[in-house]
Amino acid sequence: MPQLAFFSAISSFLEATHAATPTLAPLHLLIGILAPAICALLIAFFGSRLPLGATKAIAWIGFALPAWCALWIAGTYGAVAQSGEYQFLWQADLGLSKLLGIQLMLGVNGISVPMYVLAGIVGLAAGAYAIGSKVERQPLYLVLLLVMQSGLMGIFSSVDLFFYYFFHEFALIPTFILIAMWGRTLSSRKTVAMELTIYLTLGAMITLGGLIGLYVSSGAEAFNLIALQEALATGTAPTQIFLMLLIGFGILVSLFPFHTWAPPAYSTAPAPAAMLHAGVLKKFGLYGLIQIAVPLLPSGLAGYGGLLMWLALGNVIIIGFVTIAQQDLKRMLGNASVMHMGYAFLGIYAFSVMGAGGAVLMMFAHGLSVSLMFLLADAVERRAQTGDMREIGGMAQTAPVLAGLFIAGTMASIGLPGFANFWGELVIFTALWQSPHPWVAIAAVAGIVISAIYALRAVARIFFGEPKAELAATGDLQGWEKWPAILLLAALFVVGIWPRGFSEHLDAALAKQYPVKDVAVPVATVTDQSHAH
Amino acid sequence: MDAQLQILSEFSSSHHWMWLWPEIVLAALALALLAVELLLPKSDRWLLRISLGAQVAVFAALIAGLVGGTLPTSDVALFAGAIQPTLSGHLMRIFFVGCSILVCFLGYLYLERRPLARAEYYHLVMIVTAAMMLLAQITHFVAFFVALETVTIGFYILVAYGRNSSYSLEAGLKYMIMGGFSSGLLLFGIVLLYGAAGSPTLIGPAGDPFQFGQLGAVIAENPGNPLIVIGALLVIVGICFKIGSFPFQYWIPDVYQGAPTPTTAFLAVSSKSMGFYLLYVLLTGPFLGLQSILVPVIGIMTYCTIAFGNIAALGQNNVKRVIGMSGVAHAGILLVGILAAMRGVDWAFQAIFFYLITYALASFAVFGVMCHVAPDEDANQEREHYFGLMQNHPFLGGVLAVGLGSLAGIPPLAGFVAKAAIIVAAFQAKLYLLVAFVLVGVVVSIFYYFGWLRAAVTNPHPEIQGEPHPVVAPSVGSRALLAVLALASVVLGLYQGGLLS
Repeated sequence: MPQLAFFSAISSFLEATHAATPTLAPLHLLIGILAPAICALLIAFFGSRLPLGATKAIAWIGFALPAWCALWIAGTYGAVAQSGEYQFLWQADLGLSKLLGIQLMLGVNGISVPMYVLAGIVGLAAGAYAIGSKVERQPLYLVLLLVMQSGLMGIFSSVDLFFYYFFHEFALIPTFILIAMWGRTLSSRKTVAMELTIYLTLGAMITLGGLIGLYVSSGAEAFNLIALQEALATGTAPTQIFLMLLIGFGILVSLFPFHTWAPPAYSTAPAPAAMLHAGVLKKFGLYGLIQIAVPLLPSGLAGYGGLLMWLALGNVIIIGFVTIAQQDLKRMLGNASVMHMGYAFLGIYAFSVMGAGGAVLMMFAHGLSVSLMFLLADAVERRAQTGDMREIGGMAQTAPVLAGLFIAGTMASIGLPGFANFWGELVIFTALWQSPHPWVAIAAVAGIVISAIYALRAVARIFFGEPKAELAATGDLQGWEKWPAILLLAALFVVGIWPRGFSEHLDAALAKQYPVKDVAVPVATVTDQSHAH
Repeated sequence: MDAQLQILSEFSSSHHWMWLWPEIVLAALALALLAVELLLPKSDRWLLRISLGAQVAVFAALIAGLVGGTLPTSDVALFAGAIQPTLSGHLMRIFFVGCSILVCFLGYLYLERRPLARAEYYHLVMIVTAAMMLLAQITHFVAFFVALETVTIGFYILVAYGRNSSYSLEAGLKYMIMGGFSSGLLLFGIVLLYGAAGSPTLIGPAGDPFQFGQLGAVIAENPGNPLIVIGALLVIVGICFKIGSFPFQYWIPDVYQGAPTPTTAFLAVSSKSMGFYLLYVLLTGPFLGLQSILVPVIGIMTYCTIAFGNIAALGQNNVKRVIGMSGVAHAGILLVGILAAMRGVDWAFQAIFFYLITYALASFAVFGVMCHVAPDEDANQEREHYFGLMQNHPFLGGVLAVGLGSLAGIPPLAGFVAKAAIIVAAFQAKLYLLVAFVLVGVVVSIFYYFGWLRAAVTNPHPEIQGEPHPVVAPSVGSRALLAVLALASVVLGLYQGGLLS
């Protein structure tokens, strides 16, 4: 009999540990949001009394914990999820459920896991860079970035759309303050911040209106995505709501012609803020289109898809040419980031598992590469004391590591094989080719040439040619500049050589809501193989 | 005459006076304050302590009663149909006492620095509050008008309280003319309704046409009667003066600017909330039968109010005027909630009430900061006075940021949840264009709220803008109060508990 008790104890222990994974996972989601917020509060209240070193240590915790949670969630999700469904659901009523059907509901599915990981990695890199850099009033600077990070982790782990929006605003407000207080040029930063605030608030408000309209007209019981999917599986919502969401999200993602806020904002913003905003926060809108607007309102995409296509082509072609004309490095990057959003929009327009999957892959890759580039551009600018590329030159000789990383980052953003961006663009082009208008793919491919022109020219101007005399004393990258950049580059590289690990669950999640087009095109195997088995 | 006699006899024999104890306590204490000042001539702090203590006790007792479920509610109107305690009425009573506590505290901050009579200020605030609390339960137009006039006359004095400031006196005169005008219209409307609804030529004339329930029955039977329509419109116009909706908002900038800051807060929060509650009661009660006429009228007014409030606030530099015009914009958003209630969204009152709470918390936080930053001439509070506030007084700056952020409706602050609730209600009522107006209004409002904040984070350049404006350092008490207000705005944004239900 004792043996029996022993075995049953062991088996119950094993069961308990097995069951612990799902219970631990929501805790990780919660830690991802709360850890940076709590660290921000600690610094805000005690920062003035602590030595700077202690403040930095707290900030390290605040940025490292979310990154760890993101990787843990990604690993656990890969082991648990079979079907691309939402996992690790956890909810808490904060008082709005009875009247408005709103609850804090956390969880991830195949679409949100990559974005969640992106938020964790970019957050860690931006945080490390911010902790290392020397700025005035650094405690407050770190507080704002930590608040941003908390919001970013919340966006991609929210199932409830109210909180999805809520966390977006939560992350957006610090961006405005960061630009207003630490922006590049003293004379213009307040104006830029005000412009950005008003423009993005407009986008956010249109989005909010669209989301609430979707909720009310769907007749769903609760404001979360699962309830909405159930309600709209049988019912319908007016297609005008799709247009609202398209414009609202479009403003936030800098869809042509609503992009004018982006280049001045990114060129003015302090580097960590630009990294977090361009790298992660801006993906809020694309994520919303892929996860919410298109699957719930497919008739809306059918109605407004043509509009989306033309505007996205505007991003790729028109902004592409605008980018070529830029002389300022950060402004060029800001424009380039607008341009690359066009690809993601085109992937959404293709309306297939492949197109949407390519868009997610593109968002992930672009988030890493653009934050890498903003980090390196900041390093270049600090050394050259100017952002004007015509006045910089020969930096490869004084800063070879910087040059190497910069060139690698440039290659990644152009979409050279070996980096994640390549797969994103390739899959999107394939999906476009299979769409009813294959010529769009040709127009989009032209964008690659445009990116090659401005990106390679920038590399040539900054790093080659005769070095300026005053550059000699500036030296190469220091540790706090180098390691965040290497982290980002490594992530790009890992997904670049092993996209399959990335796309499997993504496709499973997308296949529930997007039509699968099983056209035998060799390159389609990247995303299509996984749901064949 | 019979009806009046009956009222008198019922009043004298009614045993429900105990139900009005909070109003009676406040009024009695207000009178006692005058005596206290005579007995203890140098007792500034005691005056504050007595008035605050009494009001906090009433506030706590009412909340305890509400939570414990011991506050009486009645399905029929008592006092010969004049007063009907309801749950929503109790909520508003608690709200008014809470606001009154804050106004008294701000009043102390204001009076501390000025050679003005002390006790009378608290006295008036408490009397006006008692009248407002009564109004929250009234269901009879005679009592309604008497209580409303008590409020209005109290405000005439409170607005002109800074009698050595020409701005305050000017504001007092303007407010009196406007108030008299609006009271006249209101009375005219009441009389028309009385005459029409009591007329035997109509279907089912009312025995007591002043009584809301009976009046409502007559209106429901005769919605097309021109006298009834005009009467109802005039009553609504009279109330719209109080809430400052377009086109009855024109007194607001001058009066808000000239009135002492605590009075401005009192006007902006309590008086406005009272107007909204009265509108809600009338429009979903006796005037329900006139929906087909009133919904479009109030709808047009709402569009104009939101547009006007936001656009007019853009050009202001005086922060009291900014608050005034932004208050007009808030009135527009609240009107959206009223419209949703009229169109049958049953939880609209919760949304309106929650909005009022968040608006009050945020407004008092901002007014509290204004009381500390205000120069000696209380009316001249310019945006430039806020230069360097964030750097030199981070506490006041932080409270200001929370207050303005909540007014602008920025997550995670309470104002955002309140706006979202109103928008959901409006969507359910199918007021799509109004939703668009509200959303655009929010975007515009960002400009003037953040413009104010921008001044607070700007560090003045000594050679260009001169030295930063001197700011009164907050005492421990006001620090605690402002911290509570700011914290409440944050907490209510994250956790609403049962407040919305």
